[in-house]
Amino acid sequence: MQDLGSPAAGADRTFEDLLTAVGRDRDRAAFAALFGHFAPRLKAYLRRQGCDEGGAEELVQDVMLLVWRRAETYDPTQASAGTWVFTIARNKRIDALRREQRPEIDPADPTLVPDPVESADDGVAARETAGRLKAALKTLPPEQADLLRLAYFEDKPHSQISVEQGIPLGTVKSRLRLAMERLRKAMRDSR
Amino acid sequence: MTVPTHHPGDTLLIDYAGGALGEAASLIVATHLALCPCCRLNVAEMEAVGGALLESIEPEEVDPACLETVLARLDDLPPLPRAPRPKLVCQPAEVPLLPEPLRRYVGNDLSRLPWKRLMRGMDCYDIPLASGSESRGKARLMRLASGVGPPHHTHRGIELTLVLDGGFTDDPGQFARGDLSVADDSVRHRPVADEEGCLCLAVTDAPLRFTGALGLILNPFVTF
Repeated sequence: MQDLGSPAAGADRTFEDLLTAVGRDRDRAAFAALFGHFAPRLKAYLRRQGCDEGGAEELVQDVMLLVWRRAETYDPTQASAGTWVFTIARNKRIDALRREQRPEIDPADPTLVPDPVESADDGVAARETAGRLKAALKTLPPEQADLLRLAYFEDKPHSQISVEQGIPLGTVKSRLRLAMERLRKAMRDSR
Repeated sequence: MTVPTHHPGDTLLIDYAGGALGEAASLIVATHLALCPCCRLNVAEMEAVGGALLESIEPEEVDPACLETVLARLDDLPPLPRAPRPKLVCQPAEVPLLPEPLRRYVGNDLSRLPWKRLMRGMDCYDIPLASGSESRGKARLMRLASGVGPPHHTHRGIELTLVLDGGFTDDPGQFARGDLSVADDSVRHRPVADEEGCLCLAVTDAPLRFTGALGLILNPFVTF
C-alpha cells in the first residue's frame, strides 16, 4: 500500500503528468498529490469568494471530486493543470455560491464559427506557456496585479471594482488592459 | 464566413473568464464567442491567467481529514461520460441560425416563441434565466423591422447587444451577425435596423448589485 498522502508520490512528475495519470489509470496516488498541491490553493480562492472556513473546505472536496471524474477529458496541449483546475473551480463556485448557470460555447455545435487556422502551439505543452505566464505575472506593476487579482478572485465585474475601490472606471479598464497586453505577449512569445 | 468586427473588449472578457459576470451577460458573451474565434483565443488565454493566479495565491491549510473523505468517496463516483465528439462526416443539411449556448435557452424555432409587441416593427421575447432572479441582469431577444429603432435613449448601467441576423447601424458603425455593441451611460445612441431587419440578443447587466435605486435601468431594449 502506497502512502497516498505523501507529496513524494508526485515529486518527479509534473501536475500535468499527474492529471493525465488520474484520467488514464485512475491513479489514486497521483490524485492525492494533486490534492496536496491544489486543495490549499482552492481553499484560499474560495475564501476570497466569500466562503467561510467550513464551506470552503466542503467546496474544495466537491471541486477535487470533479477533477477526479473529469480527468479523462484533460488535454495537456490545451491547458496547464492549474488552468484546468481553475476553470472547474470557477464553474463550481458559480453553481454553488450564486446558483446560476454559466453559459459556455459547445465545441461540437455546427453553428460555431471554426478557428481560421490550427493554433500554432498545437502539441506544445501548455505547461511551458504557463511557466512564462507565471514569470510575467511577477513583473506586473503592483496596481495592475492587484486589480487583476480582484477581477479573478472577488466575483465582481470591473464596473463594481471601480465603485468599491474608488478608482475611475476608465483607470480600472486601462490597467486591466495593460496587464493583459503584457501577459498575452509573454504567452505568445514563442509562437 | 465573415468574422465579427465589433468585440466585447478585454475587460468584459476578463470578467467572463474570471466568472464575475452574471448569467445574462455571460450568455451574450459566450454566444459572441461561438461566432468569434479571435475572442475565443483571448478567453482561453485569460483562463490561463486565472490558472497562474490560482497557482500564485497564498495557500490556506486544509484539514487533513478532507483528503481521506475525498479518497473514500472516489469509488462511489463513476467517471463522467465524455462529451460527444464533433461529428466529422455528416454535417447537418441545415446549420441552425442560433449558436449555443443561446439555442439551449430559446430553441431554434423562433416562430414558436411567445413574442411580445413593443411597438410597430419591434417585438421582443424575454429569455428565462436559470437563476430566476433579474438582479444581475436581463436577457431579451429583439426583432426589429427594416428602418426601426428604439426611441432616443441613454443608459444607466451597461447594455450589450449582439446581432444574430440582419444588422443595425449606430454611431460607431454597422453591426452584422456576431457583432457585439457595448453601450454605457457615456453613450447616446440611436441604433436603426438595416434594410433586411435585425434579430438581436440584448442584455443589461446590473453593474451595481448592491444599490437598490439603480436596479431600475433605463434601457428601452430590456425594460421598455
